[in-house]
Amino acid sequence: MTATRDRVQLKASTQSALGVVSVALLGCSGFQSVLDPKGPRAEDVARLHWTFTAIATVVYVIVISALLYALWRASTRKPFIDEHQYHENPDQAAVMKRGVIIAVSATVIIMLAALVMSVSTGSAVATVPDAKPLRIDVVGHQWWWEVVYDDPIPQNVVKTANEIHVPVGRAVLLKMRSTDVIHSFWAPNLAGKKDLIPGHETVTWFRADTAGIYRGQCAEFCGYQHAKMAFYIVAQPRLDFERWLTQQRETAPKPTDSLTQTGERVFLSAPCAMCHSIGGTGAFGNIGPDLTHLASRRTIAAGTLPLTTGNLAGWILDPQSIKPGVKMPPTQLDPQSLQALLAYLGTLK
Amino acid sequence: MAYSQSLPMRDDDRPDPPPLISAEVESDVRAKLSATWKEKSGFYGWLTSTNHKSIAKRYVVTAIIFFILGGIEAAMMRAQLSRPENRFIGPDLYNQIFTMHGSTMMFLFAVPVMEAVGLYLVPLMIGTRNVAFPRLNALGYWMYLGGGLLLYGAFFLNTGPDAGWFAYVPLSGPAYSPGKRVDIWAQMITFTEIAALIGAVEIVTTIFKQRAPGMSLNRIPLFVWGQLITAFMIIFALPAIVVSSTMLATDRLIDTHFFNPAEGGDALLWQHLFWFFGHPEVYIIFIPALGMVSSVVETFTQRRIFGYPAMILSMVSTAFLGFGLWVHHMFATPLPQLGQSFFTAASSAISIPSGVQIFCWIATIWSGRPRFTTSFMFVIGFFFLFIIGGLTGVMIASVPYDLQVHDTFFIVAHFHYVLLGGAVFPLFAGFYLWYPKLTGRMLSEKLGKWNFWLFFIGMNITFFPMHILGLMGMPRRVYTYLPEMGWGPLNALSSFGALFIAASALIFLINVFKSLRTGAPAGDNPWNAPTLEWATSSPPPSYNHLFIPVVEGRDPIWDAPAGELSVVTGLRTDRHEGLVTSIMDAIPERRYEFKKETILPFLLAVVAGSWIAVAIFTPWGVTIGGILAFIILACWFWPTISPEHDTEVALKKGKP
Amino acid sequence: MIKLYARAGALFALGIALTACKREQRRFRETPPSATASNAIVMSTLQPGPAVVETGVRNPYEDDAYAVSEGKRLFDQMNCSGCHSHGGGGIGPPLTDDQWIYGSDPQNIFSTIVEGRPNGMPSFRGKIPNYQVWQLVAYVRALGGLQGKAVRTTRDDHMMFKESEQARDKGHPSPTFVPPTSVKQ
Repeated sequence: MTATRDRVQLKASTQSALGVVSVALLGCSGFQSVLDPKGPRAEDVARLHWTFTAIATVVYVIVISALLYALWRASTRKPFIDEHQYHENPDQAAVMKRGVIIAVSATVIIMLAALVMSVSTGSAVATVPDAKPLRIDVVGHQWWWEVVYDDPIPQNVVKTANEIHVPVGRAVLLKMRSTDVIHSFWAPNLAGKKDLIPGHETVTWFRADTAGIYRGQCAEFCGYQHAKMAFYIVAQPRLDFERWLTQQRETAPKPTDSLTQTGERVFLSAPCAMCHSIGGTGAFGNIGPDLTHLASRRTIAAGTLPLTTGNLAGWILDPQSIKPGVKMPPTQLDPQSLQALLAYLGTLK
Repeated sequence: MAYSQSLPMRDDDRPDPPPLISAEVESDVRAKLSATWKEKSGFYGWLTSTNHKSIAKRYVVTAIIFFILGGIEAAMMRAQLSRPENRFIGPDLYNQIFTMHGSTMMFLFAVPVMEAVGLYLVPLMIGTRNVAFPRLNALGYWMYLGGGLLLYGAFFLNTGPDAGWFAYVPLSGPAYSPGKRVDIWAQMITFTEIAALIGAVEIVTTIFKQRAPGMSLNRIPLFVWGQLITAFMIIFALPAIVVSSTMLATDRLIDTHFFNPAEGGDALLWQHLFWFFGHPEVYIIFIPALGMVSSVVETFTQRRIFGYPAMILSMVSTAFLGFGLWVHHMFATPLPQLGQSFFTAASSAISIPSGVQIFCWIATIWSGRPRFTTSFMFVIGFFFLFIIGGLTGVMIASVPYDLQVHDTFFIVAHFHYVLLGGAVFPLFAGFYLWYPKLTGRMLSEKLGKWNFWLFFIGMNITFFPMHILGLMGMPRRVYTYLPEMGWGPLNALSSFGALFIAASALIFLINVFKSLRTGAPAGDNPWNAPTLEWATSSPPPSYNHLFIPVVEGRDPIWDAPAGELSVVTGLRTDRHEGLVTSIMDAIPERRYEFKKETILPFLLAVVAGSWIAVAIFTPWGVTIGGILAFIILACWFWPTISPEHDTEVALKKGKP
Repeated sequence: MIKLYARAGALFALGIALTACKREQRRFRETPPSATASNAIVMSTLQPGPAVVETGVRNPYEDDAYAVSEGKRLFDQMNCSGCHSHGGGGIGPPLTDDQWIYGSDPQNIFSTIVEGRPNGMPSFRGKIPNYQVWQLVAYVRALGGLQGKAVRTTRDDHMMFKESEQARDKGHPSPTFVPPTSVKQ
C-alpha cells in the first residue's frame, strides 16, 4: 500500500520535474502563447523576440565575462604599495578609458539597431493589410466579453459572448469599448494587447493564418474575476465561417417536446430572463451574455468551464463558488425545473 | 592628532601653518559638544528627538519592518499561485494582498529606505552636524509612520485597498470600489508623499549649503550625488501623484468627476498623471542604489571610482530621461505612432547611462584589488541580476514587443530583476558596509555569505521562470489560473524559490540581531573606506565629527596629507552650531544654529495625520484638523532669532 | 521603555482583534433564499390568535458599502431608474425625499419590491433573488439618506435638473456671430 503510494508519488514528482524541463525547453507552444504565432502580427513580434533574446544573451555573456575577467585579474595582482595606492596609474587609466569608450559605443550601436528593428516592426504591425477587413465589435464587461457582428439589417446582427469566430486569412478589425472598467484584449497567438477604456473607442486588428482555436484573456486588472475573463478565437475556413454566421443569425428554435417546453417556461419565469436574452422568446435582458446560441459555444463563464450539462447546472446553481464575486446570482431551482432548463438550454444550438 | 590647517576660504587670507590642537582642548571640546548635543532620554526624549541619526535609524528599522510585511504578502501570493485553481486565498483577499504588496514595497519600503540611508549618511559624509531642518525631518518620519499605520491598520480591519498599487480608475473610482478601501490608499499616499518631499528638501538643502569646507561640487562622494539627484527627482515627480491621488480622493469623497467618463472626466488622465510620477519613482529607488554600489566598489577594491564626471553625468541624464518615458506603461492605450516611437527611443536610451556606469565600475574593479566580503558579493550579485533586468527593459521598450508582454508575468520578472537586483542587492551591500558605522559592531561574514547565496539563488529560481510564464501567456494580477493552461510547473518552481528568499531574509535578521550583541567591535574605519563618515567613531556621537573636517580631495580620508584630516575650529560648542558653506566651492559663509529637539513635529504629525485619516469619513476632519495644525504651526514658526544667528563667520584658525 | 512598547503593541493588537469592519464586508456566497426569513415580512401588524413576538426581519446589508454599491448597479440594471429616474422620480415617486408612501423601513421597501404596489410598481417576486432585493433595499435607503454617510454611493449627475457642465454639448461658435467690440456705434 505504502509502496504503491510512494511509487505514485515518485511518478508524479518525476512527471512534474519532466514537465518543468520540457516546458522550459519547448518555450512556449500552446494555445495562449506569444511564441506560437498564428498570424502576421504575432509572427513579427515572435521574430523580434528571438532577435532581441539573441542580442541580449550575447551582450550579457560579454559584460559578465568582462566582470569576471576584471575580478580574476584584479584578485591575482600583487598589492600596490606606491603613490597610486588609491588611484589608477596612468597606463591603467588609458586602458580603462579606451575600454569604457569602446563598450559605450557598442551599447549605443546595439541600442540604435534595436530601436530601428522595434520601430519598423511597430509600423508593420500597426498597418491593417486588407482594404476590407471583417469588422467586429467587442464590448468588455466585468467579467466577460460581448461580441457583436454588426450588420445594416437589424435582424442580421449577431450577438455572442466569449467566442469570436473569424475566417482564416482575412484581417479582422475589432472596434472595442468597455461598459465598466478598463479591460485589455489579448490573444497572444494572434496579436498584442489593446485596452478597452470606458469613454474611449479603441481599435485593434489581427489575422489568423491557420485554422484553429486560440485562447485569449483580459490583461488589465479589472476586479475580482480578472483571472477568469477569457475568450476563444475560432479561426475557420471562409465557408465554415459563413455557415456559422448564417446559423447564428437565426432565432432560437421553438421547443418541441414537453421537457424543453417546461424548460423555456422555467427560463422565462426564473430570474434568468432578467439578465439574459434568447432571440425569438420574450427574454431580452441585456446584462449578461446573449444565450440564443448558447449550446453552439465551447465554454461557459468566460472561458472558465467547458460547456457540459453538468458544468452548466453547477454554474446556474452556484456561480459564486466557481467565480467568486461574479455578477450572476445563484438560482434555486427544484430538480425537475433544473433538468427541464438544462434540456432547453441544450437545444440552443 | 587632528590639525587645524589651511582653510581654502579667500585668497587674501591664507593662514599661517596651523598649530596642533592640544589633547586638553580636544577633550574639552568633546565634553562640551556631548553636553550640548545630548539627546533627552526616555520616551519623551524619543518623541522629541531631532537628531538626523536617531530619526534615520527609526526610518530604516520601520522600512525594514514594512519590507518584511511586504515579503510575507509576496509569500502568500506565491503560495496561492503555486498550483492551478488553488483555494488558499480567494479573489477578494488576493486583490488586497497584491495591492498591499505593491504599495508597501514602493511607498513604505523602497523610497523611504533610500531616503533614510541618505538622511543618516549624507550629513556624516559631507561633514556637518545635523540636517538643515531638524524639526521638519522629525515631522517627515512621523508622517511616514502615520501613513504606514493607516494602511496596515485598515488592512487588518478588513479595509485593505484592492485596486492595485497603481489604482487605475474607474476600477478605483467610487462606482467600482465601494467602501473606504481605496480612500485609505489615496490618503496613505498623501502621508508618504509629505514624508518623501520633506526628505528631499532636507537632502538638497543639506548637500548644497552644509558641506565641509573644501568639498566643492567635484569632490562630493558619488553616494551623495545620487542622493542629491534623487531628491531633485522627488521634488519634480511627487507633485503629480499628490495631485492625482487628491483628485481620486475628491472623486470618491465629494463627487468631483475628474476621472468619471460618464460625466465628462477621463480615465486616461489618471494613467498619465500616475505614471508621470510612477516611472521616475523607479529611478528614485534606483539612483541612490547606484550611489551605494559606488561606495561599496570603491571601498572593497580600494580604488577611486573610475570616470567620476561620467558617473555623475550618467545619473543626471538617467534622471532627466526618467521623466520622458512614462508613456511606456501605457502602450496598449490609444496613442499615435510617432508618440510611441518617441517613448521607445527615450526608454531604450536609458541603457546608455546605465551602461556607462556599469563599465566604469568594471574598470574600477579591474584596476583595483577586490576583497570578497559579503557587501562586495552583493554588488557582484547586483551586476548579474540588474543587467538581466536592464536587457529585458530594452526589449520591452519596443512598442510591438511590449504589447505582447505588457501586464504579463514577463513584466513581473523584469521589474523584480531591476528592483531586487538593482536596488535591494545594493541596499544589502550598503547595509553590510555601513552596519559597523551604525552600531559599532561587525556583521557576521559567515551568516552574510549564507544570506547572499540563498537570496541570489532564490531570486533566480523565483523570478526567472516568470519570464517564460509571461511568454506562455500568463497575465499579471490573477488570483488563480486554470490547470489546462500548463502554467502549473513553472509556478510551483517559482513558489519553491520564494522559500530560499524567505530563509535568506531570516538569516539576515538573525545576523543583524546577533551581531548587535556579539559582533566584533568595528573601530572607526574597519574597511579603510575613503569618505568622511568613517572619520568619526562607530557609532558616531550625536554631534557627528568632533571638529568639522576640511576636505582636500575627492576621497577625503585617502587624500588627506599624511593620513590626517585637517579640521575647522572656532565653532561654538555651547549651542547646536554648524557651518554654512557656498554651493559651488563650499567656502564657509555663515554660522548656523540648528533647531533643538521639540515635541512640535510629533504633535503636528498626530494632528495632520488624524486630519487626513478623519477626512476619509467626514469633512469636519479638514476643518478641525486645520485649526489645530494652524495653532501648532504658529508655535513652530514663532520667531526666536538669537542676536548672533546670522552673523558673518569669523572662524578662528589655529587654536580655538 | 521596552515594557511601554510591549504595552502599546498589545493594546494595538487588541484593538485590531476586537474590531472587524462590517461596513467593508463583501459576501459573495449568500445563504439560499429558502433559508432566509424574508417570508416573515407582513403587510399588517395585526395578527389573529395569540400575540407572537415580532420576527425581527432585518436587512442583512444595512450599512454595508459593497451591498449598497451592488444595489446601485441593480437599480440601473433592473430598470428601476426607468420610473424612479436615479432616485429623482418621474413616472414613479422620487426616492431621495422623505415621503415614503409605503414606509421606509427595510421590510417595507423589501415588500414594495417583491409584492409590487398599486398604480404601477411591478412585483419582482421570483425575478430577483432575495439577497439582491436586500441589496436594492440598502441602496434605496441610502438614496433617501437613511444609511450612514460612509456607505453612500457616489452622486449621479443625471439627477441634477441641469446637465453637468462637462457633459453638456460644447456648443460651436456660430459663423454669423459678430463679436460685440466690432459692432459699429
